[in-house]
Amino acid sequence: MESLLNQLPIGLSIGAVLLLIALGLTFTFGQMGVINMAHGEFIMAGAYTAYMLQDWAGAQAAAVALPVAFALAGTMGWVLERTAIRHFYGRPLDTLLLTWGVSLVLQQAARDLFGAPNVQVVAPSWLNGGVTIGGGTLPYNRLFIMALAIACVAGIWAYQNRSAQGRRMRAVMQNRELAACSGVATARVDQLTFFIGSGLAGVAGVALTLIGPVGPSIGTYYIVDAFLVVVAGGLGQLRGAVIAALALGMLNSFAEFWTNASLAKVIVFAAIIVFLQFRPQGMFVLRSRALT
Amino acid sequence: MSERVRGYALFATVALLLLVVAPLALPAFRLDELAKYLCLAIAALGIGLAWGQGGMLTLGQGVFFGLGGYAMGMYLKLHDAGGDLPDFMVWSGVERLPALWQPFGNPVVALAAVVLVPVAVAVLLGALVFRRRVRGAYFAILSQALAAAFVILLVGQQGLTGGTNGLTNFYDFFGRDPEAESTQRTMYFVVAGVLGVLYLLARQLVGSRFGRLLVAVRDGEDRVRFLGYDPALVKTVTFAISAGMAGLAGALFVPVVGIISPSLLGVVPSLELVVAVAVGGRYALAGAILGAVVMNYAKTSFSEEWAGGWLYLQGALFILVMTLAPKGAVGLYQQARDALARRRGASAAAVEKPGVAVKEEVPA
Amino acid sequence: MSEPPVRGAGRAEERAEAAMSEAETAGRAEAGARELLEIRGLQVVFDGFRAIDGVDLTVRQGELRFLIGPNGAGKTTLIDVITGLTRPSAGSVRFAGTELVGRKEHRIVRLGIGRTFQTSVVFEELTVVENLDLAATFRRPLWALLRRRRGVSDTVAEALETVGLTDLAERPAGVLSHGQRQWLEIGMLIAQRPRLLLLDEPVAGMSRQERERTGELLTTIAEDHTVVVVEHDMEFLRRYASQVTVLHEGRVLVEGDVAQVRADPRVQEVYLGRTAEEAA
Repeated sequence: MESLLNQLPIGLSIGAVLLLIALGLTFTFGQMGVINMAHGEFIMAGAYTAYMLQDWAGAQAAAVALPVAFALAGTMGWVLERTAIRHFYGRPLDTLLLTWGVSLVLQQAARDLFGAPNVQVVAPSWLNGGVTIGGGTLPYNRLFIMALAIACVAGIWAYQNRSAQGRRMRAVMQNRELAACSGVATARVDQLTFFIGSGLAGVAGVALTLIGPVGPSIGTYYIVDAFLVVVAGGLGQLRGAVIAALALGMLNSFAEFWTNASLAKVIVFAAIIVFLQFRPQGMFVLRSRALT
Repeated sequence: MSERVRGYALFATVALLLLVVAPLALPAFRLDELAKYLCLAIAALGIGLAWGQGGMLTLGQGVFFGLGGYAMGMYLKLHDAGGDLPDFMVWSGVERLPALWQPFGNPVVALAAVVLVPVAVAVLLGALVFRRRVRGAYFAILSQALAAAFVILLVGQQGLTGGTNGLTNFYDFFGRDPEAESTQRTMYFVVAGVLGVLYLLARQLVGSRFGRLLVAVRDGEDRVRFLGYDPALVKTVTFAISAGMAGLAGALFVPVVGIISPSLLGVVPSLELVVAVAVGGRYALAGAILGAVVMNYAKTSFSEEWAGGWLYLQGALFILVMTLAPKGAVGLYQQARDALARRRGASAAAVEKPGVAVKEEVPA
Repeated sequence: MSEPPVRGAGRAEERAEAAMSEAETAGRAEAGARELLEIRGLQVVFDGFRAIDGVDLTVRQGELRFLIGPNGAGKTTLIDVITGLTRPSAGSVRFAGTELVGRKEHRIVRLGIGRTFQTSVVFEELTVVENLDLAATFRRPLWALLRRRRGVSDTVAEALETVGLTDLAERPAGVLSHGQRQWLEIGMLIAQRPRLLLLDEPVAGMSRQERERTGELLTTIAEDHTVVVVEHDMEFLRRYASQVTVLHEGRVLVEGDVAQVRADPRVQEVYLGRTAEEAA
């Protein structure tokens, strides 16, 4: 029972990381119809940002790295959007393959820069330990990751619903042509969405350094699961992404607990296929009448 | 008509090159490498069919390749063990032969499973996914997730699958030494023959009414419904065919290379195969084969020189192909040919109008 | 004259019935002879919005029926429901006695209902003949499609002839003009040999000349088919329509022949009022 309770923070924090990763994917997919495989390498960029900052910020590196990683990964995303992806809007399969090429190059660059073996980032001391509740332990680092995700989701929600720029983003997502006709500078909105989405992946990368070592291919490990979150949550859906990410994180950690790590992935995959039988377009869908 | 004659002439030339010239000209180990590329080309042919013709971007073809490969490997392991447990099971402390392994002691069952198991998995997945109209990028993502899960499963079940090492160390391949040069040579001809036959069958399929229907499903799945067809059925059948091809490719790969392991069939190898098809030309079956052979040859020769360089090159090449030549090498060739024809046609236009082009079939 | 002797009584009726169903499958029954399509109490709700709000509609065998109404009246939604694209929240749609609600699109097509779309969708990579051939062969089992097409079947040749695309038969559909695409779609519909044809705004975006040709085409088709046409174009309606159903805000407002409908003050108010000059 005790160890079962311990699975809860593990599942929730993995879900939180998946959520941070999936937010960028679901927005760029929903808004621009592109699938960015290089998104995983923005996670890696974030993680290595924390690693690099250790020399300068010591044990506080992870905390300091959050804004830096956001800016760095965001800029990488922005550059990628400007140079390549914007020519491929509405062609998700082509972007998937194109950005995989980018992903290969970035991974190899990381291998050449930082070496192939995994590296460790020392977590800030105030994240050591945890609170004990009813026989289970809530480690501070996992709590911090959850808090981080909550803060980011709240920020995104406020941005989408309270700011003019965020409303433009939703407008473009729902109907690009109409938004363009109504005077929304769609290209600017796209760039900003890409920046924010990629930046969040960078934040997720920093978060990952708190729970384990990082390496050049860390992105490939998480990106597949993050895509599953997008599929299950529904395109461009904040609510859907939150629920799907947490559900996936929990399912994964409990399936690992009850069976073993190698079966857990198969169980998660089967669960998603079953879920799609009832909700083929994910949890939440934007209705449209067009015969696409 | 001339298009068709030219197609057969090209096929005959390539067959001559592969069946006569290559075995005479190449040293044994290079011929063995070529056999490996041709195995991958069989799987690529399946991708060309599913993706190029049917629009199903399958990023999990490694799963089917692996299922075929493991089916073959399991038989060979059991045969070598001769009634005892396969070596890796002994090392993992397994005491009784797992039930999953038992049928594979029979060569007929194992050889049938090489094709039937991948087909069954593809039919199950296709029926569940396509019937619910999950498609496009969603399907691509799901197929990729399947590949990821499959590899993790293989690695985790050490006693059942040989874990990371996979199945290797085969000593007897249907009464012959798999390492012997004569066996390798025979295997080369078998692989080349299978590829040729499958190519002709796939070409026949593409040219048939079913092939036209498949293209229609690719370009307008919803419209096809209102012509009275069930796109889910068309897609499932095609996906299953491509899975069967991948399974066969995996099974042939085992005696040629001598191993089947998770690192050969995960997310990255599956994607690499798709990349090869894209580089060769996804809309033409020949492009898929060409891409698989050329890309894998390039990978081998480049990695011998500078391992990391290949990843840069592959990534860069892929970015270039997707941005500049989305139809791949075959597309570039067709473009050049059309441009040439136009120039020639312009001078001849005064004499003869091109008129109604008799489009016999899509270039395959 | 070799009927089984066991059945003595009621042979005449049986024969009449057989004759009737035969005529029906051929789609050539006398106008007004039988209800082919019966829609009862139909309701469609999109996120709280009632797109169709209690529609009853009957189309008889051999009829040419026009569905008109201002934007948002529910015309296309009605077609979508009949063909299985949209699920109604209540009501029934029966086709020759068979309930259609809940059936998949391709099953409904197989029962004998064909449709076109507002924005024509043809397969651009396939030639005109291949498009038509695809439409003509859906009743064959899948394995029978594994053979290469040899030549042009009679059905396809007839459809080509009817829509006047014989000269373009071997061209890819992608090169056709907008009007030609609409005709190809109508041709595909004919090649399907359906018992009921649903045309969604067939002349939208067409030039005057193209409209006229489409009108003639429609008249030809209506001679031996049951046809429902959704149309916006009043001029077209006046020239080619006989029976008209006016929809307004998801309900049937008026039903009758063209003259009756045009004279109805309610119609003039909701629909013709705005285009009174045009309609007069």
